[in-house]
This record gives sequence, C-alpha cells and structure tokens, in this order.
Amino acid sequence: MSTTQTVPVVENILKANDQLAQTNRALLDAHRTFAVNFMASPGAGKTTLIVRTIHTLKDRYRLAGIDGDIATTLDADRIAATGIPAVQINTGGACHLDAVMVHNALAQVDLANTDAIIIENVGNLICPASFPLGAHLNVLIASVPEGADKPYKYPPMYRGVQAVVLNKIDLLPYFDFDLAYFRRGVEALNPGLAFFPLSAKTGEGFDAWVQWLAGQISDYASQK
Amino acid sequence: MHELPVVENLLNITLDHARRAQARRVLALNLVIGQMSSIVDDSVQFYWDLLSQGTLAEGATLRFQRIPAIYRCWDCGRQYPLDGQHLACPQCGSVRVQLIQGDEFRLESIDIET
Ligand SMILES: Nc1nc2c(ncn2[C@@H]2O[C@H](COP(=O)(O)OP(=O)(O)O)[C@@H](O)[C@H]2O)c(=O)[nH]1
Ligand SMILES: [Mg+2]
Ligand SMILES: [Zn+2]
Repeated sequence: MSTTQTVPVVENILKANDQLAQTNRALLDAHRTFAVNFMASPGAGKTTLIVRTIHTLKDRYRLAGIDGDIATTLDADRIAATGIPAVQINTGGACHLDAVMVHNALAQVDLANTDAIIIENVGNLICPASFPLGAHLNVLIASVPEGADKPYKYPPMYRGVQAVVLNKIDLLPYFDFDLAYFRRGVEALNPGLAFFPLSAKTGEGFDAWVQWLAGQISDYASQK
Repeated sequence: MHELPVVENLLNITLDHARRAQARRVLALNLVIGQMSSIVDDSVQFYWDLLSQGTLAEGATLRFQRIPAIYRCWDCGRQYPLDGQHLACPQCGSVRVQLIQGDEFRLESIDIET
C-alpha cells in the first residue's frame, strides 16, 4: 500500500549560493584579501575601468583579477596584460557569476600573497543581484549612453551595491543624460551611496575613484 | 540560462527532503516565485524535465504560485503593486520605496508517495 503526503520544505532555492558566498568571504578573510565585484550592463566599460584602476594601484597593492565571460578570454587577456595574475571563468553561457564559480576561481589565486581581488561579473543588470559572491565591496558601473533611467528600471542592482560609478562622462555633451534625475534615483534606492562620475577613457574624475577604492583596501588591511 | 544552476539546486533540495521522508517517489513540487525574482516558469520546467530523469523526482509536476510585486512608500506609507516600469509611489510620487513582496523564490513543500 502506498500513501501520498505533503512534506513541508520552505527553503530558499538560492540558499546554496548564499552559503557558499559566506564560505568565500571566510576564505578571503582568512588570507586578509579584499574582494571587489564589478557589475554593469555589457559595454558599460567594466574592463576599461578595471584595467585603468589596476594600472593606478598595482604598485601599491598586490592585485589579482577574476574575469567572468560567457565564452571568450578577451577580457581576462586585457587584465593579464596589465601584469597582474588573472583567472578566467568561463560561465558556459550563464548570465551571471555565482559563488561556486568564484570559489573555484579563488583556488587558482595565491591568496596569501594578494591584497585585493578585482572581479568582473558578466554584463547584466538583473541576475547578478540575486547571486552574492562573497565580495567585500560591490560596485555598479553605469554609463552615460545607457540613459539616466536605469536606477528606476533595475532597483535590485542599485540597492545591493556599496558604490556607483557613472562612466563615460566624456560623452555627456552628446547624450541627453539627466544627471540630476539619475542621482535622485540612486539616492532614493540607496541613500548616501558613494558616487563617482568619471571617464575610464580620458581619466577625468578617476582620481577620486581610485583614492576612495585605495582607502577601502587600506581600511580593510588595517582592520585586524 | 540562469535557470539551469537554479534547477540543479532545486533538485538537490527536493531529493534531500524526499529521502529524509523516505519517499518512494516525488509527485509534485509546490514553488513560490515572486514577480521580481527573474525566474521564468517555462525554463524551470524545461531543465526540470531534463535533470530529474532517473531520480526519485522524475516526472514530478511543478506547481508555480506567482507572488505579485508589492511596494511600500517610505514617505506616505502607501502600498501598491508594480505597474509596468513605474516604480514611483502613485500617491505622492516618491521613489523612496521598498519591495515588500515579490522577490521570493522558495520550495514550499513537496508531495511524495511513501
Ligand atoms: N567614450 C568612452 N568610451 C569608453 C569609456 N570606457 C569604456 N569605453 C568604451 O566602451 C566600450 C566597452 O568597454 P568595455 O570596457 O569592454 O566594457 P565592458 O563590456 O563593460 O567590459 C569600449 O569600446 C571602450 O573603449 C569612457 O569612459 N568613455
Ligand atoms: Mg568586459
Ligand atoms: Zn508615497
């Protein structure tokens, strides 16, 4: 005789990711390695900004890069060309990095001799918000050509970060980007958030950004 | 593509609970999915059919309970459903609003045969 019954489960299906993100964080902390997760839509300038940031900071800190890409090694190659160790994660078509991929990539980084890891997430403004990686700092890169309404359209991404960079400000004269409207949206979703308008291409506004980031890395290093 | 790793997690959670309850077979999964959770029912069903093959849960029915997105305005307290892409409060226009439901993605229960 077989019987049927309903068994309560009540589990968050992404729990496994959240738990592994905590494991990643513990692993990073054990080696006193600071991790930054960069998220943006495709083409916002993640790789350009990361490469310029690395050039500015690599003499001061021991850096490593982790790069998520659907199929190519193009971005990881650009990061490796700066002279720092770079690990490529091939997401096999997935639209975001998850904690498992980052966990596997961390195994290929010499954590004991790394002060900070720069992670480039897959270009996407939706999915990465649901998949914490264990990074200490999550940065969203918006860019002028995308338009000023993005905070209003993708609130979960803007809520889950500790800084917003507005890239490509060299293009402001050519687009009808309403900076005040953009800032109001960001401020409403995430009050007091660190905000850096800059151009990763010309370097305008870049000093404020790298000084802030360097401060974050140094504060972390002196914490324990 | 997002749904493939998600369904792997779902299968693991299901099999784990089914084994603990000494199920012979899993008949159905009762899922709660928020409007804002960026999960597509059809894709979940597609990967489920593929991945559940040869397991205790092969052929189990997926039942989706959709939860609409509801925001609450911090400035005037109004609660309202998400309407198209307009996030701002319909009463006072504020965008200081908080999602109070609609980002769920849970396995609520499973129906099993023992
Ligand atoms: N005008 C301008 N172009 C930029 C800037 N930053 C990046 N780009 C260009 O935007 C394109 C995409 O940049 P990339 O870094 O590959 O973006 P990713 O897809 O987010 O990694 C490239 O052609 C870059 O040269 C910027 O500040 N100003
Ligand atoms: Mg890139
Ligand atoms: Zn209101």
